Amino acid sequence: MKRSTKNKIKTYVVEILLILSSLLIFAPILLAVFMSIQPPEFVFSYPPKFLPKGFFTKNYLDAFKIVPFARMILNSTIIAFLITFGKLITGTLSGYAYANFSFKGSKTTFYILFATLFIPAEIVLIVPLFKIISRFGWTNTYWAMTIPFMASATNTFLMQQHFKTIPKDFEDAARIDGATSMQYFVKVILPLSRPIIAGAAIINFTYAWNMYLWPLIVAMEDKMKTVQVAINMIINAESSNNWGIIMAGTVIALAPTLILFFALQDLFVKSLVSSGIKG
Amino acid sequence: MRRKFLPYLLLIPTYLVIVIFIYLPAYDSFYSSFFKVSVFGNRKIFVGFQNYLSLFKDKDYLGAVSFTLLYTATTVVLSIFLSFFLALLLDQKVPGSRIYRTLIFAPYAVSHAVAGALWGFLLNPVVGHVNYLMRIFFGIQTQWLTTRPFAAYSLIFASIWKTLPFNIIFYLAALQSISSDVIEASIIDGANSWTRVWKILFPLVSPITFYLVIMSIISSTFQSFAIIDVMTKGGPGGYTTNMIYKLFMDGFRFQKTGLASAENVVLFAAMMIVTIIYFVYGQRRVHYQ
Repeated sequence: MKRSTKNKIKTYVVEILLILSSLLIFAPILLAVFMSIQPPEFVFSYPPKFLPKGFFTKNYLDAFKIVPFARMILNSTIIAFLITFGKLITGTLSGYAYANFSFKGSKTTFYILFATLFIPAEIVLIVPLFKIISRFGWTNTYWAMTIPFMASATNTFLMQQHFKTIPKDFEDAARIDGATSMQYFVKVILPLSRPIIAGAAIINFTYAWNMYLWPLIVAMEDKMKTVQVAINMIINAESSNNWGIIMAGTVIALAPTLILFFALQDLFVKSLVSSGIKG
Repeated sequence: MRRKFLPYLLLIPTYLVIVIFIYLPAYDSFYSSFFKVSVFGNRKIFVGFQNYLSLFKDKDYLGAVSFTLLYTATTVVLSIFLSFFLALLLDQKVPGSRIYRTLIFAPYAVSHAVAGALWGFLLNPVVGHVNYLMRIFFGIQTQWLTTRPFAAYSLIFASIWKTLPFNIIFYLAALQSISSDVIEASIIDGANSWTRVWKILFPLVSPITFYLVIMSIISSTFQSFAIIDVMTKGGPGGYTTNMIYKLFMDGFRFQKTGLASAENVVLFAAMMIVTIIYFVYGQRRVHYQ
């Protein structure tokens, strides 16, 4: 009796705390969406209003006038897809090498890769990386924003860990049937790894879509800039004039990855945890 | 025989990228940090450790180092405790927990630049909702982004908001993997909730805490660039300039290449130390299954 009342109270307290914290944490995104569809009179009212009234689309149209937003969305999309595909290709190939083959130098090369696990080259090494990119003549190109990030230790480890769990019998059976190593990789390993590949894909996509510093450095022409950089361009252009327009730009920048996350939350969480703990 | 060469072929794409775009630039920044570009033209002059000496005599740089430490330490400590607390809440079986989880995890999917824009808006002295609430509840009335020390607080708010979900996701996974026997046993032993949390659960998830501290240090040292660039631009008067922001300014705005290379080496070395600490202590301390 006593314990059950105590449990009830505990449930209420937990429930209330959860409602409060989820509202507080989600409020910034919600308010951005609200403000982006309100006219300046509403955005600038004091005290500030929390709930929207009606639907005002001009902020979005204005955002597209201040910066070449359509082109920037295209840029971000191309870059995010290229990086995602690149990382999946290099990651599955090298993961396969480490999981299914024993070869001379496997330990050494593995450590060389391991050492780069926590090094975000696009941030830690901007000065020398820019030098190399300039020497290649790649400034203001998609290559500069994609090729340097088309491989990562995390992706290799994630794939290697997963490929190791596929029973060796499968490989033996395939070989008896006369399949080559590459046929086995394409026809058995890859199809069996769909969930882990999908998980890695969405994490890589989110990472690539959200990059900021490196695109800011290598894309000097407006038509090569990305949506993340566009946010700051709108802020600087509008310099605290109309937050409705700024929030419209921000909503465009956050929508793709947030929608992806809402749609595939469980896959995101699972892949994130397994790449973190094992990697 | 093809099988003998195949693994090497499979590794080529990964190693081309890693070597050309990580090892080569790392070597180059180390090498360039000992040179200075001459005033006339492109000649490189060997200057030994002079770039490093001028770096550590530079008051602005030392300011950036101390701001980096302060900002990182505050963000990491607050984010770790808050996320552990929220993970404990989310671990309880209550109605609607899936919705709460979705809402609380949401900032994970948005970028640091977006986090900066959102908090820049919320703290805006004219239109900002948080600015308004701070004034009503705490009587704080200030220009958040342009005055000391509030500019630093603003960045820390945005940074914590952005990094919380990542930490919560990992803590929640760790808490869910602790067997219920352990918790049952502690209840039978008469441990109250508070002791149970801090004496039993928190030590059990310590390997995760260690991993998250490392990841949070990296993220608030480096990914913070976007938040700073959007919110304060390193101001007022260089007050919120951290090491990565300073590196960007010296390397790409003021074209001080030698100095920037030295800064790059320092940052890279710091990064390597963190990595080594992780591998040495992290590997040893993983008790958690």
